Amino acid sequence: MKVKFRDQEWEIAGRKRVREVIEEIGKIPHTVLVVRGGKLLTEDVLLNEDDEIKLVAVVSGG
Amino acid sequence: MKCRKCSRPAVINMRQHKLALCDEHYPEWFIAQTQRAIEKYHMFTSDERILVAVSGGKDSLALWDVLLQLGYQADGLYIDLGIGLEREQIADPDQAYSIASRKYVEQFAAQRPHAHFTIVDLKTEYGETLPEVARRVQRGRKKPCAVCGLIKRHVMNRVTREGGYAALATGHNLDDEVAVLFGNVLHWQTSYLARQAPVLPAAGDGLARKVKPFCRLYERETAAYALITGIAYIYDECPYSVGATSLRHKGILSQMEEQSPGMKLQFYLGFLRARQSGFFCTQTEEVDLHPCPRCGQLTSAPGLCAFCRLWER
Repeated sequence: MKVKFRDQEWEIAGRKRVREVIEEIGKIPHTVLVVRGGKLLTEDVLLNEDDEIKLVAVVSGG
Repeated sequence: MKCRKCSRPAVINMRQHKLALCDEHYPEWFIAQTQRAIEKYHMFTSDERILVAVSGGKDSLALWDVLLQLGYQADGLYIDLGIGLEREQIADPDQAYSIASRKYVEQFAAQRPHAHFTIVDLKTEYGETLPEVARRVQRGRKKPCAVCGLIKRHVMNRVTREGGYAALATGHNLDDEVAVLFGNVLHWQTSYLARQAPVLPAAGDGLARKVKPFCRLYERETAAYALITGIAYIYDECPYSVGATSLRHKGILSQMEEQSPGMKLQFYLGFLRARQSGFFCTQTEEVDLHPCPRCGQLTSAPGLCAFCRLWER
């Protein structure tokens, strides 16, 4: 599956849950939201090999 | 995971509340939580006019949206600081941070017939952009964010008073409040701790009441609200915020939250209880406040206030 976060992109093999994918690319699940086809996904959703997901950072401010 | 209320697929799971909700019930919950905070901390009533400070980011636009949905008389204030113009002038001026942020505010208002707003353009009104002022004054060369905060506080207070608004509402969320709290505890800034609250009451005619209706809502929750309800917002960070201490603190606190869901909320609510019971002495803040001879805003400095001194050359 394809995972996008800001201007970065990852290719991850196999079916995985949202939480596993977030951890695999080194992010803290609490700090991102995951979107597939414009819809937010909870951490337990099992993703398909051909899915494309986008991670949205929730942290802002300085 | 299913929605607690209707069993449709959930779009967000709030581990700290053990609550998962769908895209229909989440916005309802979020709006109700905001109203609860407004009432609990006596922020304002439906008879009062509120000014919302909007930056084009998710929190402030979500706040403006929620206040309008709740039927409050909420107008927006956007302060154009002129950030990013220098570095992107040649490539694409529309991508400059302040121009892009302003467009999100204008777009938001254009889609809502009751959303009225004021723009204060720093360059037009005071002759310089934030980067220009920051370069010129000593405190700005070291810390442009400190000058930015000073300017925004002054302008927000001025427009609130001049517009006859009962209060100024900002989109500070729980993560913002906890990051500030954490920093103040690390340095034992007791006078700042005594002043940190969901509501800062007005001080005479000089300082407007300030309220933070999202103070109990996680940043993840405000972002989810914006995404679910289709609020377009500026996703990029202010170029000056790179490496900011508060962002580092947020990172540390988020790791702790991941291990102990609800930790941020408990830390903040525990602090508010301690503050209410007089744990933090307020003596240090009992300073003589008097009107600045130029702008009339209250200041503890002898002579001109810090904002007016910025423009002295």
